[in-house]
Amino acid sequence: MFRFILKKLLYLVPTMIGITLVAFGFIRLLPGDPVLLMAGERGVSPERYAQIAAQLGYDKPVWQQYVHYLGNLLQGDLGNSLVTKKPVLDEFLALFPATVELALVAIIIATVIGVPVGVVAAIKRGSWFDQISMTGALVGFSMPIFWWGLLLIILFSGVLGWTPVSGRISLMYFFPQVTGFMLIDSLLSGDEGAFASAVSHLILPSVVLATIPLAVIARQTRSAMLEVMGEDYVRTARAKGLSPRRVIAVHALRNAMIPVITTIGLQVGVLMAGAILTETIFSWPGIGKWMIDSISRRDYPVVQSGLLLIAAIVMIVNLIVDLTYGLINPRIRHK
Amino acid sequence: MTDTTVKISDAAIRRRMLREFWFYFSQNRGAVIGLVVFVLLVLTAIFASLIAPHDPTQQYRDALLVPPIWQDGGRAGFLLGTDAVGRDMLSRLIHGAQYSLFIGIVVVAIALTGGIIIGLVAGFFGGWVDTVIMRVMDVVLAFPSLLLALVLVAVLGPGLTNAMIAIAIVYQPHFARLTRAAVMGEKAREYVTAAKVAGAGNLRLMFKTILPNCLAPLIVQATLSFSSAVLDSAALGFLGMGAQPPASEWGTMLAEAREFILRAWWVVTFPGLAILVSVLAINLMGDGLRDALDPKLKRS
Repeated sequence: MFRFILKKLLYLVPTMIGITLVAFGFIRLLPGDPVLLMAGERGVSPERYAQIAAQLGYDKPVWQQYVHYLGNLLQGDLGNSLVTKKPVLDEFLALFPATVELALVAIIIATVIGVPVGVVAAIKRGSWFDQISMTGALVGFSMPIFWWGLLLIILFSGVLGWTPVSGRISLMYFFPQVTGFMLIDSLLSGDEGAFASAVSHLILPSVVLATIPLAVIARQTRSAMLEVMGEDYVRTARAKGLSPRRVIAVHALRNAMIPVITTIGLQVGVLMAGAILTETIFSWPGIGKWMIDSISRRDYPVVQSGLLLIAAIVMIVNLIVDLTYGLINPRIRHK
Repeated sequence: MTDTTVKISDAAIRRRMLREFWFYFSQNRGAVIGLVVFVLLVLTAIFASLIAPHDPTQQYRDALLVPPIWQDGGRAGFLLGTDAVGRDMLSRLIHGAQYSLFIGIVVVAIALTGGIIIGLVAGFFGGWVDTVIMRVMDVVLAFPSLLLALVLVAVLGPGLTNAMIAIAIVYQPHFARLTRAAVMGEKAREYVTAAKVAGAGNLRLMFKTILPNCLAPLIVQATLSFSSAVLDSAALGFLGMGAQPPASEWGTMLAEAREFILRAWWVVTFPGLAILVSVLAINLMGDGLRDALDPKLKRS
């Protein structure tokens, strides 16, 4: 197992370096002088220009600039935002919990609904439940989620008036931030109204974000179940006279879950892309909205480092998925 | 083997394969529905200026935010109502079909061509060439596709052309990986060795001998990418990074309609519905194609 983990980690190194190269190259590919872009100033004097260039290390050859950049990264220095002047890393860490909370709730919704739907659809293959749920899954898979979010706002906020249109919590509640997760913090504050407010703010965005993963998980679970149920060991279990329920729960489901867990893990990238759209629609103060705002404000240090951090997170989660996969499926580990 | 099989020409074999393909494809009801909708969409795009009742950019100043015809206040000239500056929704939607299809075709063409060449080179030559190419593809895949496309558009500048290029670059690795995997499977087959012994050069081996046998998964991926391209370009348009107003691209239309969502449901509902229906139709077709082209599924 140790060798397996080590191999996977080593495999990650070139990709990590590649990601830093993309982030490093991004600023230099932008139209315009990178020094001025990173400084965010206009009409600078030649002295000031030289000063900024030296400060950012842009007066040296490109490979030294890259080494300089990597050195800063390793020290946790990701530059400062042009707009707020605060360190990018601090901003990221302040906004990240909001996105994690949204994404976690979304993936929980998607799994809790998607897996049972897929299992039942596979068991009752060809039934009306199978047909309706799989048609629904294909619709969900084809959904432009930015439009879906707007529709839900029209219905639940506009017509029914059940949920707020935007934000994480009503402004009237104030309590200490312990975990950064609104749901947990509001619970800890002991104020039931605050918790209810947090839930009502979270429900629409998380449903919107869950839509595509839910569809993917349901489809994947169904096909994994169908495949497993045709295997010899399932037929053997049935022939032994085990109850159908036991065959499905013990023999089929456990084996079918292996590819499904991978699928769930691989939704992280989908969730990050979806978070950009969902957070924009619901004014959710997370890193997706932060990236969009930074791109439109030309706050390039934020875009550069945000790109790097998001890619790194997606890779790390994918690594964890890989390792879990090796843990539950020894065949992969020993290959 | 009888004499008759020997006499069958290439064209006859092709016809027979097509007939077999259609047999399996037409058994999938969803796929046929998808195909019909898609054909209608193509016809709408081709004949847009003939079908559309109005010019898509013509602003009727006396008809701002007119609701659809069946609702109170609807007007006979505007079947699906008008938007905030008095443009006919139906005409804009019809012209929007051109954008979506054009984007899908261009993105898939670029990504497919690039991906096939990269994948062929990697799979055929193997060794360090393969390692380097695949590591680069891994890097591209490490970024969430929409985010990378957004950043690429930030580099290239907002607009339809740049959005298409960005999306195509992001999709390329999927085609490269598929091609590579297929090529590596085919490379060791006897017919390739035979062609090599007969003196075929590398280029001929790659493109004429091996590639035609790797096409099935690529066709399926192309349909999937087509629908994703329609979705992603609409998302870019919605975020203000794709086609720019007054273009009647569906995502851009949604972006313009956002502030009216609680006042005029039709300006939000119809463009999104158009996106959903087109993407769904293409995905239905993709499912049917996969079933018809995958020999493993055929037997079961």
